Amino acid sequence: MSDKYIKKATRHVNQNEDLIFERSSPGKKGYRLPPLDVPEVDYKQALGQAARADLGNMPEVSEMEIIRHFTRLSTWNYAIDLGMYPLGSCTMKYNARVNEVVARLQGLAEAHPWQPEKVSQGALRIMKILADCLLDITGMDAITLQPAAGAHGEMTGIMLIHALLKSKGNPRKKILIPDSAHGTNPATAAICGYAVENLKSNAQGMVDINALASQMNEDVAGLMLTNPNTLGIFEQEIHKIAAILHDKGGLLYMDGANMNALVGKTRPGDFGVDVMHLNLHKTFSTPHGGGGPGSGPVACKKALEPFLPKPVVMSKPDGTVGLDYDRPQSVGRVRMFFGNFGMHVRALAYIMANGPDGLRQTTEDAVLNANYIRKKLDGTYELPYKSASMHEVVFSDHLQSEKGVKTGDVAKRLIDYGFHPYTVSFPLVVHGALMIEPTESESLDELDLFIDAMQSIAREVNEDPELVKTAPHSTRVSRLDETAAARKPVLRWKP
Amino acid sequence: MRYLPKSPADRAHMLREIGYKSIDELFAPIPAEYRLTRDLKVPRQMAESEIIDFFRACAEDNASGYAVFLGAGAYHHYRPVVIDSLISRGEFLTAYTPYQPEISQGTLQAIFEFQTMICELTGMEVANASMYDGSTGSAEALMMAVRVTGRKGAVVARTVHPEYREVMLTYTQHQGLPITEFGYLENGRVDMADLEKKITADTACVMIQSPNFFGTIEDVAAVADLAHSKGALLVVSISEALSLGVVKPPTEADIVSMESQSFGVPLGFGGPYAGVMATKEKFVRQMPGRLVGETKDSNGKRGFVLTLSTREQHIRREKATSNICTNQALIATMATIYMTVYGREGIKELAQQNLAKATYAANEFAKKGKILFQGTPRFNEFVVQTKQDPHDINNRLLEKKTIGGYPLKRFYPELGNAALWCCTELNSKEQIDTAVQAVGQ
Amino acid sequence: MPIPTDCKYTKEHEWIQVQGNSGTVGITDHAQESLGDIVFVELPAVGTDLTAGKSFGTVESVKAVSELYAPASGKVVAINEALNQTPESINKDAQAAWMIKIELSNPAELNGLLTAAQYEAYIAEEK
Repeated sequence: MSDKYIKKATRHVNQNEDLIFERSSPGKKGYRLPPLDVPEVDYKQALGQAARADLGNMPEVSEMEIIRHFTRLSTWNYAIDLGMYPLGSCTMKYNARVNEVVARLQGLAEAHPWQPEKVSQGALRIMKILADCLLDITGMDAITLQPAAGAHGEMTGIMLIHALLKSKGNPRKKILIPDSAHGTNPATAAICGYAVENLKSNAQGMVDINALASQMNEDVAGLMLTNPNTLGIFEQEIHKIAAILHDKGGLLYMDGANMNALVGKTRPGDFGVDVMHLNLHKTFSTPHGGGGPGSGPVACKKALEPFLPKPVVMSKPDGTVGLDYDRPQSVGRVRMFFGNFGMHVRALAYIMANGPDGLRQTTEDAVLNANYIRKKLDGTYELPYKSASMHEVVFSDHLQSEKGVKTGDVAKRLIDYGFHPYTVSFPLVVHGALMIEPTESESLDELDLFIDAMQSIAREVNEDPELVKTAPHSTRVSRLDETAAARKPVLRWKP
Repeated sequence: MRYLPKSPADRAHMLREIGYKSIDELFAPIPAEYRLTRDLKVPRQMAESEIIDFFRACAEDNASGYAVFLGAGAYHHYRPVVIDSLISRGEFLTAYTPYQPEISQGTLQAIFEFQTMICELTGMEVANASMYDGSTGSAEALMMAVRVTGRKGAVVARTVHPEYREVMLTYTQHQGLPITEFGYLENGRVDMADLEKKITADTACVMIQSPNFFGTIEDVAAVADLAHSKGALLVVSISEALSLGVVKPPTEADIVSMESQSFGVPLGFGGPYAGVMATKEKFVRQMPGRLVGETKDSNGKRGFVLTLSTREQHIRREKATSNICTNQALIATMATIYMTVYGREGIKELAQQNLAKATYAANEFAKKGKILFQGTPRFNEFVVQTKQDPHDINNRLLEKKTIGGYPLKRFYPELGNAALWCCTELNSKEQIDTAVQAVGQ
Repeated sequence: MPIPTDCKYTKEHEWIQVQGNSGTVGITDHAQESLGDIVFVELPAVGTDLTAGKSFGTVESVKAVSELYAPASGKVVAINEALNQTPESINKDAQAAWMIKIELSNPAELNGLLTAAQYEAYIAEEK
């Protein structure tokens, strides 16, 4: 392969490593327990029939091997700590280390969720302050921190809508969802017992107001809208959208996946949103950890407050913070205990590190970065929607597909250049989409390297399309056979 | 702002390149009347040292360094230091979901190992990459049983964690899936006669927890026989994963939904934890959540990918098996490291220590109060009934920096002044003796 | 690959070959090509009653799921069990890799389906 254009990355040796089971052999140990200070119990005698014979193929390895094993595995991952992660709608921003330090403070990390309130004031205060911050950021009236992730927040939000409408006599039948939406939106509506009706986008990539008006009726409970939408376009007629829904008694749900474009600049509560979720693992910098944990608080207007999941964190007259379980109209509990508290700690640490000025500057930089990329790559890649971009920009592979190169190929080639791919083939409204969200965390140098890489790849598409179609060339594994994996699934190791 | 890597000159340069005069032009798409013209009401920008001071003060306002006798779905176990050392590596901590397998083999292989270990421990054939936690996992297991059987409805034991049951009700309320509860006997196990009465031709699954909420180990095989004889599946929920070190795995179950918090995940005031679902191979296409599978690359080298994705929301949208997207990958990685550290012998040894501590404590408490649910095997939890209200006992214990058992009155008023106590390897004999003394006062 | 003239076709790219009162159903070569590598086929149980135009199963590639639509109404009398183990046979020869056999309940419905020539014109237009 040719490395001639690649500036950011170079090849280097990385270690091979077997599965941990293949390193195991009887008698090796990675632990030592303290001596027992109470009488031993023969478990086979104590448990009788319920006693277990042995632990099968669980590994037996030493501590040294454990450190090497997982360290070696870790070096096979790309990460934000290594460079730009331009995944559209994923908001892969810097995960500050102070967040990790404070989340591990003994009094927080070792707090049992059911320890009495009077010895949980520190944890409850963190939740209350975070809740108040998020309410001002969203312009909403009430909030729950219980949902464990974005999709879980969506479910909670749609259940609030269902509960409010039901309390008025009719929960209604349908939820409208734009064709550009994340797959979680329709999947969520289905769990909440709603039929999904598709809403078409207009030529500008926004909600088609006329279509919405004609589809909106007394059967529609609400609209699930992402704003800015997945094309990175702000729904400029958001107030009309809200009015159309509200006129017919429907509610406006906002998927907060793209809140990184709005914090400190505008508030969903001010532009007509009734209920929304936030992704603390996107906008508020809690780490993705290879796929989770997340946290998906749901904020809503006053009318929806009685239906929030219980318990709700509240200030008590004596100045302490408590948990209110006495909520007869609540939709119920969506998760045990109080949600992903560790993520609440990290998100609040992030807000404190930023302050109001930092949060505003963050949003401005995120939008600036996306527009800079847009400007520099427009023409090299086709820009299917010309409306102004907020925090992300969506191109298509139209120009490259003439050479038989698709968005997925360009993405794989980007790996050789030292970058994580952008989001591939989403949103579905753009054929062959390249969805790019730089976030605020990228310096001008890193952005220029990314732009340079994308331009080089476009050149390679013309000069040597095979090079791009067979990428990546520099990774420890080449393209993997996903077809074989799905036809004959091997989902666990066997001796 | 210290996280933002741009100088004012960089910003000015970029604006010029874009062709804008000011940042405001970038926000022109937002109608003027909705633009925020004031500062957000959030704390002012703070130095790192101030942030640490703030959270340290909060941490000290919590019970820090107390002896803990609470279990009830969240267990206090020792966490080997290598866990945080390894998961703090940026390549695990700051990676996204492994949708690009060529540069995600680390996460993918770790999760493949997780899936394998969960299968080994639970006796199931396949396990997924994680669910949010044990409570939502149980709700998802119930919905999966509905998809597998085509039946509508579930019969759930009252000895399943009360908050798991609340979550199941929330999840199923709009799906026409009635949940019926069945009772327990004086020995703490489920009431089979009551189950037999409540199970119908519409029952998709029977759900039990083992060890159950009272710490009693259920006769899984007997419940499985009854459920299967009526054409229903058996879902077994496990909230204390460490019990599997000594307790026979629920191989007779069709679906196992487990909370893996006990495996090296901090109590953390309730989360993040990691649920995991395991089942038989024949049901895998009805399972929710991500799955990692083994395959080969174009050179024949072993590698791992996310697979069977057509079950998931990003492809099947409203027909998906679940709406779950983000899961608990880092927590599953923690659990994998924990299971590796203790391994085949250590998990057993540790479970034996838990059993010994709880046995000693129950014997001691029996001198001062009544131990309920006798005659059936337990793991590390037991119920003590006292003359005094357990809240009063616990208030007394707080003065000795001890957090007593969970008062059961809220969920099980019929048990009177009863509390659920838990003893792990971290409860010393001295702590136990102190607690017993307070109960007897 | 020429489109067999002894079959009728749906606009959703299923073929049906009729013998007497019995119809054999599969997906077309054009369909398998646009789906890519097929990894899984979900078929109804024998005895299921199908309605023309309604979904009777799904066919999956790695990253897509497509519904299968019944070309005609009737009862499923046989399914091609071999597809469970070798879904790739659909990619190899879609016309040979039949999916289900049905006993037609309303053979008149077949008149509404496309002939080989009409189907060929239809897919040319779709492109």
